[in-house]
Amino acid sequence: METVTIGKALNLGLRRALEDDPKVILMGEDIGRLGGVFRITDGLQKDFGDDRVIDTPLAESGIVGTAVGLCLRGYRPVLEIQFDGFVYPAYDQIVSQVAKMHYRSRGLPIVIRIPFGGGIGAVEHHSESPEAYFSHTAGLKVVVCANPNDAYWMIQQAIASDDPIIFFEPKRRYWEKGPVDTDAEPYPLHAARVARPGTDATVVAYGPMVRTALDAATAAAEEGRELEVIDLRSISPLDMAPVYESVRKTGRLVVVHEAPSNVGVGAEIAARVTEQCFYSLEAPVLRVCGFNVPYPAARVEEDFLPDLDRVLDAVDRSFGW
Amino acid sequence: MRPQDMAFPTYREHGVLYCRGIDPIMPLGLFRGVDQGGWDPIEMKFAMYTIVIGAQTLHATGYAMGIAMDGKVGTEDGEAVIAYFGDGASSQGDVNEAFVWSSVFHAPVVFFCQNNQYAISEPLERQTRVPLYQRAHGFGFPGVRVDGNDVLASYAVTRAALDQARVGQGPTLIEAYTYRMGAHTTSDDPTRYRIASEVEAWQAKDPILRVRRFLEQQGLADQSFFGEVDEQARVEAVKLRERVLELPDPAPVTMFDHVFPNGSPEIDEEREQFTAYLSSFAGEVH
Repeated sequence: METVTIGKALNLGLRRALEDDPKVILMGEDIGRLGGVFRITDGLQKDFGDDRVIDTPLAESGIVGTAVGLCLRGYRPVLEIQFDGFVYPAYDQIVSQVAKMHYRSRGLPIVIRIPFGGGIGAVEHHSESPEAYFSHTAGLKVVVCANPNDAYWMIQQAIASDDPIIFFEPKRRYWEKGPVDTDAEPYPLHAARVARPGTDATVVAYGPMVRTALDAATAAAEEGRELEVIDLRSISPLDMAPVYESVRKTGRLVVVHEAPSNVGVGAEIAARVTEQCFYSLEAPVLRVCGFNVPYPAARVEEDFLPDLDRVLDAVDRSFGW
Repeated sequence: MRPQDMAFPTYREHGVLYCRGIDPIMPLGLFRGVDQGGWDPIEMKFAMYTIVIGAQTLHATGYAMGIAMDGKVGTEDGEAVIAYFGDGASSQGDVNEAFVWSSVFHAPVVFFCQNNQYAISEPLERQTRVPLYQRAHGFGFPGVRVDGNDVLASYAVTRAALDQARVGQGPTLIEAYTYRMGAHTTSDDPTRYRIASEVEAWQAKDPILRVRRFLEQQGLADQSFFGEVDEQARVEAVKLRERVLELPDPAPVTMFDHVFPNGSPEIDEEREQFTAYLSSFAGEVH
């Protein structure tokens, strides 16, 4: 057991994947000598060579499109999209080719890593949460890590999977530390997990908002309310069983994500919970999300992003119903 | 192409598909609407048809990068890739990115642009101000224009480019200059955008007629040979039409198959629900 940051855990996971399978290659902009703009691939090109850790031209569609061909050649490409807002030039290759290839003939074992979300004081296109676009597309699996142990294991599980996987990384949490158990049997990749047990209300979150939800639960406990926090981990497919079980126990559900609420993951969860837990609900499912505006200027992003107070406000509204 | 070479087609490369040994019923199943294609691109060395224009050029480039990474360039059993696309596709970002990538990675890929001068209704002038083969120069590899209606010249140029790729000379762009004789699809109406005299002029350059005249003049084939070929083509076409008409519609629940290599519990659940829904009509005529 060692204590490392999420960023370092990803680095260690990628390193182990490169060691375990000679067909694994990394591709992306600035991932070689620089080690990526967030240094997630730090030192990997030096140790594995520029044939396996490839600095690519500055062309996202090319990164994904050439990876399709490399898969047909037997490789397992792991792609880094430098920032969430830069994935759109590759959107066609991801949605029209990567997602559909197994339906046509044979699947592509591609992992597309995307540092996502806000809170880093960046200029526009560097703080977006595009997970709903990909979750809406059949043929793609979408996962999000929220802590160092999951970062270490989930990236390896995603690379070992034959499914095409969009792998979201909570970029503003890259520097948060936590324990990584490199020997333990990993939790299943597409399973949700109770991050903090509770009895009074359920808070569902993923990625950077898991920390926010846990902080809210700590604050609520001081006021005598026990929140159960569930880390979804997988957005597509959704693992709803732990959510249903929790809601049947608590009767109240708040879903938290940074992406705007309209037609988002929270709406899907609300619909499913309404279908499956209708008679258990004491209040409507509430969402705490980014607002339905373009990602705002950095000086007001903390007002845009869900925080501890807005989560607790939603919990209060649930109890006040 | 050698057996070990790989082709990345447009959705009209039926001739190449035939030569790669794929049953021509397979692409027709796609256009008939009974499946999504379904041949194994790795076994057949022929990628899936790509409907999004130009997207396959990047796939071809990646595959060619893989050949280089496997050390299969400049060897006895060296491999090469050919990517087909049209004049319209030359405007796509993906095609231009494929040119960049293949150039900087020195990938063993041949870009074969079948310039038939029309992208549905839009003439070549709407795609380019320079001859397409000249674009290659700006990306750092050779471009060549060939008379696309000259069978032997097209063969020679393609073979030379693939050989060069195979020995490590990097990519080549071939512009095969030709003309689209028919309509783009059955819903197209070429009389709205081109004149009859233009079509007539190209009719006289029919590549099949030209190769036939060449073989006759050289004494390489006689009337009985052409008679046999024509008859064989007629019989195969009749058989293929019959097979297309006999293609069964797939069972509705098969739409849930082959979404993921590892499957998905969400899709399994939908399949079960839909199966139960369908079975609720059991015994009814609908």
